Amino acid sequence: MSSIPDELSYTKEHEWVAGLDDGLTVTVGITAYASEQLGDVVYVQPPEVGSNIELGDAVGEVESTKSVSDIYAPVSGEVTAVNSTVVDDPSLVNSDPYGDGWLFQVRITGTPDDLLTAEEYTALISGDS
Amino acid sequence: MSRPTPLHEVHKSLGATLTDFAGWLMPLRYGSESAEHTAVRTAAGLFDLSHMGEIHVTGAGAADALDYALVGNLGALEPGRARYTMMCEADGGIVDDLIVYRLAPEEFMVCANASNYLRVARELTDRAKAFDAVVDDRSDAYALLAVQGPRSQEIVAKLTDADLANLKYYTGLPGTVAGVDALIARTGYTGEDGFELFVAADDAVELWGALMEAGAAEGLVPAGLSARDTLRLEAGMPLYGNELTSATTPMDAGLGRVVRFDKQGDFVGRAALDGAEPAKRLVGLVMKGRRVPRHGFAVVDADGAVVGEVTSGAPSPSIGRPIAMAYVTATPAAVDIRGSHEPVDVVDLPFYRRKK
Repeated sequence: MSSIPDELSYTKEHEWVAGLDDGLTVTVGITAYASEQLGDVVYVQPPEVGSNIELGDAVGEVESTKSVSDIYAPVSGEVTAVNSTVVDDPSLVNSDPYGDGWLFQVRITGTPDDLLTAEEYTALISGDS
Repeated sequence: MSRPTPLHEVHKSLGATLTDFAGWLMPLRYGSESAEHTAVRTAAGLFDLSHMGEIHVTGAGAADALDYALVGNLGALEPGRARYTMMCEADGGIVDDLIVYRLAPEEFMVCANASNYLRVARELTDRAKAFDAVVDDRSDAYALLAVQGPRSQEIVAKLTDADLANLKYYTGLPGTVAGVDALIARTGYTGEDGFELFVAADDAVELWGALMEAGAAEGLVPAGLSARDTLRLEAGMPLYGNELTSATTPMDAGLGRVVRFDKQGDFVGRAALDGAEPAKRLVGLVMKGRRVPRHGFAVVDADGAVVGEVTSGAPSPSIGRPIAMAYVTATPAAVDIRGSHEPVDVVDLPFYRRKK
């Protein structure tokens, strides 16, 4: 069973969101489950720093040996940082999806209300498999 | 519902990610497909290829039947030898690419792709009607395990008395491996040295276990279809459904040499293929960037005009950049990856050649 940390929020598109508590800047990545489904990640294209993203938009790509997936904005706001380390070494998405494999940070404008808890996300992927 | 192979329980116990492939439930990867790929290039990998088809053609007219049904010169094949060949339509389009093993003067085994073997068996039966030959699809009775990689001979040698050192590339001999009756063939689809072991379906689990145990010290790992695809792509080997289709001739694929116009008698496709010029050219592309070209993506020239289509593409662990094969009608400059023209280098195939 993939790791699903309790303290994070999740989307149906298999992203995680950290740092919602302070209501300012959040960190976004893809879940361990998603990285296992993708296989070895070979290319990551996060959104550009300074760009404004809208909840639900396709804002980047994660590509593996066999497939490519869009990254959907889990929140709205301004991208304040991207993880250049993961761009150089996309395998971090597989080896440390909740740590060094984070993708980008967003200064949020309003709190989304449809993010999933760890428990809800666990139920979602149990239904998937 | 996809069919499991005789090794299904083994794959499940290894935690394999399974995928539907040509109606079979096959292991896609067991862990990291890149690690599996690298293991085959540097040590060895063990593949379950039980989805492949095995069709026996026997009788006094078996050689003549195959010479009519296929484009190769099978009558000239020595017993114990194998040959890469193709079955074509009357119009020259490819039905399947095959390896034919001559087991005895009057017995051949045709190894066909999973996606095509029912069609191949049907066509062989039909095309052999005028000959003294019996076509028997024994695919369900067989399991096929492949050990591929530079350490393959050391590993298989631990389990057999067969003279592997003198078993040349594209030969196959009956023997026993780990006490199991097997056709031991020195063939493969990875660009490495290796063996394909055709055994009874009921013996597959036992042989898999014996090979894994024998190969532990040499670094043998189970490898899935994902690694198999990147290995064959690096080796420039075509895949049916990608490089080879019914709309493609052997000449288009750069494999005109498999069509033996010098053999006696007619064969299906001769009239259409004789003197045929390739309608397109199969080229190798190495991406300058890191985005991966995929099957069906458009290939464009320096002006951005479409000049062809990607047939297979993947990140290449050996080269470190994405690679692709593509059919083109002019010199390519880029691949259209979701609207962005990503530049390429055009290279000769194969991308990877093992050091002898």
